[in-house]
Amino acid sequence: MDNALIVHRLHFAFTITFHYLFPQLTMGLAPLIVVLKTLGLRRNDETYHQAARFWARIFGINFVLGVVTGIPMEFQFGTNWSHFSRFAGGVIGQTLAMEGMFAFFLESAFLGLFLYGEKRLSPRAHWWSAVAVCLGSWLSGFFIIVTDAWMQHPVGYARAADGSVQLSSFWALVLNPWAWWQYAHNMSGAVITGSFVMASVGAFYLLWGKFVAHGRIFVRVGVLAGLIFSVLQLFPTGDGQGRMLAENQPVTLAAMEALFESQPGAPLVLIGQPNVDEKKIDNPLVIPNALSFLTYRAWTAQVKGLNAFPEDEWPSNIALLYFSYHIMVGLGTLFIAISVVAAFLLWRGKLFSSHWMLWILLLALPFPYIANTAGWITAEIGRQPWLVYSLMRTADGYSKTVSAGNGMFTLLGFMGMYMVLGILFLFLVRREIEQGPEAEGGSAH
Amino acid sequence: MATLWFMIVAVMVAAYVVLDGFDLGAGVIYLGAARTPQERQTIMRAIGPVWDGNEVWLLAAGGTLYFAFPLLYASSFSGFYLPLMIVLWLLMLRGIGIELRAHMENPVWRGFFDVVFCLSSLLLTIFFGAALGNVVRGVPLAADGYFFEPLWTNFRVNQGIAGTNNGILDWYTVLTGVIALVTLTVHGSLYIAVKTEGDLNRRARAVALWAWPVQLFLTVIGLIATIYIRPTVLDNYKQHVIGFLIPAIVYGSLAVMIYAIRKGEGPAKEKLAFVASALYIVGMLVGAAFALYPVVLPASTDPARSLTIDNTAAGQHGLTVGLIWWILALILALGYFTVLFRMFKGKVRIEGEGY
Repeated sequence: MDNALIVHRLHFAFTITFHYLFPQLTMGLAPLIVVLKTLGLRRNDETYHQAARFWARIFGINFVLGVVTGIPMEFQFGTNWSHFSRFAGGVIGQTLAMEGMFAFFLESAFLGLFLYGEKRLSPRAHWWSAVAVCLGSWLSGFFIIVTDAWMQHPVGYARAADGSVQLSSFWALVLNPWAWWQYAHNMSGAVITGSFVMASVGAFYLLWGKFVAHGRIFVRVGVLAGLIFSVLQLFPTGDGQGRMLAENQPVTLAAMEALFESQPGAPLVLIGQPNVDEKKIDNPLVIPNALSFLTYRAWTAQVKGLNAFPEDEWPSNIALLYFSYHIMVGLGTLFIAISVVAAFLLWRGKLFSSHWMLWILLLALPFPYIANTAGWITAEIGRQPWLVYSLMRTADGYSKTVSAGNGMFTLLGFMGMYMVLGILFLFLVRREIEQGPEAEGGSAH
Repeated sequence: MATLWFMIVAVMVAAYVVLDGFDLGAGVIYLGAARTPQERQTIMRAIGPVWDGNEVWLLAAGGTLYFAFPLLYASSFSGFYLPLMIVLWLLMLRGIGIELRAHMENPVWRGFFDVVFCLSSLLLTIFFGAALGNVVRGVPLAADGYFFEPLWTNFRVNQGIAGTNNGILDWYTVLTGVIALVTLTVHGSLYIAVKTEGDLNRRARAVALWAWPVQLFLTVIGLIATIYIRPTVLDNYKQHVIGFLIPAIVYGSLAVMIYAIRKGEGPAKEKLAFVASALYIVGMLVGAAFALYPVVLPASTDPARSLTIDNTAAGQHGLTVGLIWWILALILALGYFTVLFRMFKGKVRIEGEGY
């Protein structure tokens, strides 16, 4: 592989992985904050308003980090992936420009009102500003997913004379079925992060014995939302996404499952390490026929293995793809288990006194982040060696004029910058959590 | 259709410079003009609710450029790789400077982010000016439409075949960088004058009064230098004499500015000076766009390689569809920001609650 290609891939991978730590929480928290504000208005209870304000402060810190780490993403399409931009800009320029015009303006206009305008606005107007911020962040996610979905499953384009692709049908692009499944799956994943973080902070307060009233609200809202969305994450959204893969990227599915040989009644590998050289799984623990059933709803259906495809179309990093996919699915299953048990205890009125369960909720905090990151690695590594599936290879898309040395210089620069940002972020969030929901916040500016 | 999108992108860039320009300029004078913690807080409150929205114009303009002229986006963003990355880092530092500063009252914390905010604002104005200078001067485009510029080579402006040795920074682009710095310093000072009272207001107006002659001098020098390094900038003006209205507007707004600044304190005069400054900026940018059209990125190597609106535009269908949603989105955005600016209009008073 070309040296510059690796640097440019690492550059994008690093910056987008770090960036997505923040939007997944803001997109996930936004609807939960609207729920807290609605409950506050309905019940006329100041505790809910304090809870909403507390999460708005956490949201605000995340939002700033999301914005400053998001700006480089839009630039990098041109700076590091200019041949891709020249090739595909006639199509994905649409959705990226729409994100700026529709989502960013909406978010930026109402965020200030939402974070600092509570005293100036009527309660109803402030509620609407929260809804507008939520809508803006979800719209932003939508346009990005449509862009990615087009790269996974290109639709609505025509070839131009110069070899580039141009939009031929706007509605085909926006109504890409791949995009809608991916969007549902991704947003549900974001709400899982939001709910688990909320429940985790609530559990922390309950175990600490401080801000107990708020802690109970956080745990209740977090566990219920976590239950709903971790189930939705599996079915129908995860299942739908899987069927899109089976239909349109069968080679990716085979690599994710490390199914080297086509076979009827294909087994589902639970645990095991793919051995690509010998084309087998080491230390396998499998459920016979399960993969056939999950993919085609028939226990003996024929599933295509990697051997059905030429090797130069295999995803270029099968081990990473296999593990990120299995980590995502494994953690997703764990989230369902935690949510079901916690919701059951909540229903029986025992959750707040079950210290062992509160500990589990507290310690579960990092796992949705890992699952969401693993999910995105699965999507993006799974598409390889293509940058735009079946149209452009990744090796053809990067900026040929930007040498590996220049790319390395800025990659290291980003690493240093993001380390500082990460430390500042953790410091500020820790401080907010310690000061608690009763602190008179909103001193910003 | 491509011409229409050229105008749209130009207007969006102008909107960005006018809007983010005033908070960048406020950052430049921040450490000098605001001496007490209260005064610094006042400047932060004057730009706090709007700076993020202003910066979105950069993203929206960038996105629209990508959408309408993919090849221009691909070529210029990869060619200006290093300065763009530096701009990104500065934008990040500035964003956290403004936003994270407010989270703690500790003077060490605030003092640190005060300096981060001021320095990043100052460097950004210079880089943006130098970027514009690069576009006017031309870049060493290869036959395939791509180029790569190092940060500097020998600070000479080379035309013709020797133009392959251009760097981002040479004497001409440093000059345009300084013009941008002075222009936005005045612009930001006039905004702060509109938004404040007392000592801060007086100091902000003093900065503008002091910087105005420099701005006038640099405007004249910049024009002469531009004609010297790229004589063809006058072609469009000679063909369409109406174009000479643009320099008339530029110098007219400079005159209105000094008239309003010298008149002293008072909301009407302060606003007039600020609006004149905005008009000056629009005039400078439109003047450059008018001179370049239909070229969007001139080649310093061989004029035939220049990128134009026609050889970089996206497909017809995409541009037509885009017009529909773009107009819709613009109406919505103007709606939000009218509401927002109305809510935060008037002078910032530090005793007040929230903003």
